[in-house]
Amino acid sequence: MTEVTIWGCRGSLAAPGEEFTGYGGNTSCVEVVAADGTRLILDAGTGIRGLGQMLNGTVRQYNLLLTHLHMDHLQGMGFFSPFFDSHAQVDLWGPASTTLSLRTRLARYLSPPLFPVTMRDLPCKLTLHEVPAAVFEIGPFRIITDLVGHVGPTVGYRIETAGSVIAYIPDHEPALGTVDFPNDTQWLSGYELAENADLLIHDAQFSRQEYQNCIGWGHSAIDDAFKFAEICNVKHLIPFHHDPNHTDDTITQMVNETTHSQVPEFEVTAAREGAVFKL
Amino acid sequence: MSQKPIELILARQLSSHLTMPIFIVDPRGDLLFYNEPAEKILGCRFNETGEMPAEEWSTMFTPEDLQGEAISPDALPLMIALSKRRPAHKRFQIKGADGISREIEVTAFPISEQADRFLGGVAIFWEISHD
Ligand SMILES: [Zn+2]
Ligand SMILES: [Zn+2]
Repeated sequence: MTEVTIWGCRGSLAAPGEEFTGYGGNTSCVEVVAADGTRLILDAGTGIRGLGQMLNGTVRQYNLLLTHLHMDHLQGMGFFSPFFDSHAQVDLWGPASTTLSLRTRLARYLSPPLFPVTMRDLPCKLTLHEVPAAVFEIGPFRIITDLVGHVGPTVGYRIETAGSVIAYIPDHEPALGTVDFPNDTQWLSGYELAENADLLIHDAQFSRQEYQNCIGWGHSAIDDAFKFAEICNVKHLIPFHHDPNHTDDTITQMVNETTHSQVPEFEVTAAREGAVFKL
Repeated sequence: MSQKPIELILARQLSSHLTMPIFIVDPRGDLLFYNEPAEKILGCRFNETGEMPAEEWSTMFTPEDLQGEAISPDALPLMIALSKRRPAHKRFQIKGADGISREIEVTAFPISEQADRFLGGVAIFWEISHD
């Protein structure tokens, strides 16, 4: 069995406060653990701090897969305790840009004035791997990466095991500029990553109304996330990357209304910090 | 058929919103898409032709020099963009699927992606008016 745990599902900016505790205020971080204990950590938003604390000292090797380097997916990195453990080996995957290596791009955050410790001073053994790359394997996981429609170099991950497929595309605007969304799947960003997934964790930041003022910002209206899930024939959609202005009530209402209007054939569960999905 | 890379998806999405005729091919030169303004110059609708191998579209849309002599495919800006992986520009005539020759100017550029993945080429063209 593979277990997927949400450690942070807030988009753009952490959202502390009572009205956000239901879904949680930490930014993107998802843990995937295979039956044999192999662990993947998807993104290093503020949610990674708690995960690092839980694991610290118990694990020697970490696999951290970043979709992109926007702050909400990176900000927890400096607070991920295994980075400061000299016995830890951290393998980190993430996208380079067309002109800068992954190392240079990461160092822009992990260096003063944004952060007091530089990357080269981290005590852990850190190995960087650039994506998108050919299909690669980590323990029982077969991992496929592809660039997707967001702002700047951004990948999504398709994580396959013998029994299940998980697609993780937290920041994604596949409807941008399309004429016939989502029907022409050959021309649909993210399609092959999400096709027939058992679990699709996907951007659903905006309401339809909000999206009209945020076209091109790289995020999806929630009904587009549903349409994308449907054409990809997924079994279970996890609307993710909740807007930092959306309270628990707003998120619940958005998901309920969209479920009501679209009547999806797949299961829908809004991402919630602490939620565990077993596949 | 498989899903296209994001760079081509975005190129097609952009081109379908522009008034400038645009023609997109893969690394082999096979046609992937042309937009509505290009349909006017090529004399047929993309929906009718769809994707086409290079051998097919190069006979449907015949390039000629300004004297009406055939131009070798290697000399076309799009083919230069693909083979030399740099932008190229030229003025010539094209005989559309409707049999009409139109004088056009073409600028083509390659679509190369990070890690040196090469994805194809884009030609932007416009009709020369002698009015
Ligand atoms: Zn984000
Ligand atoms: Zn982002």
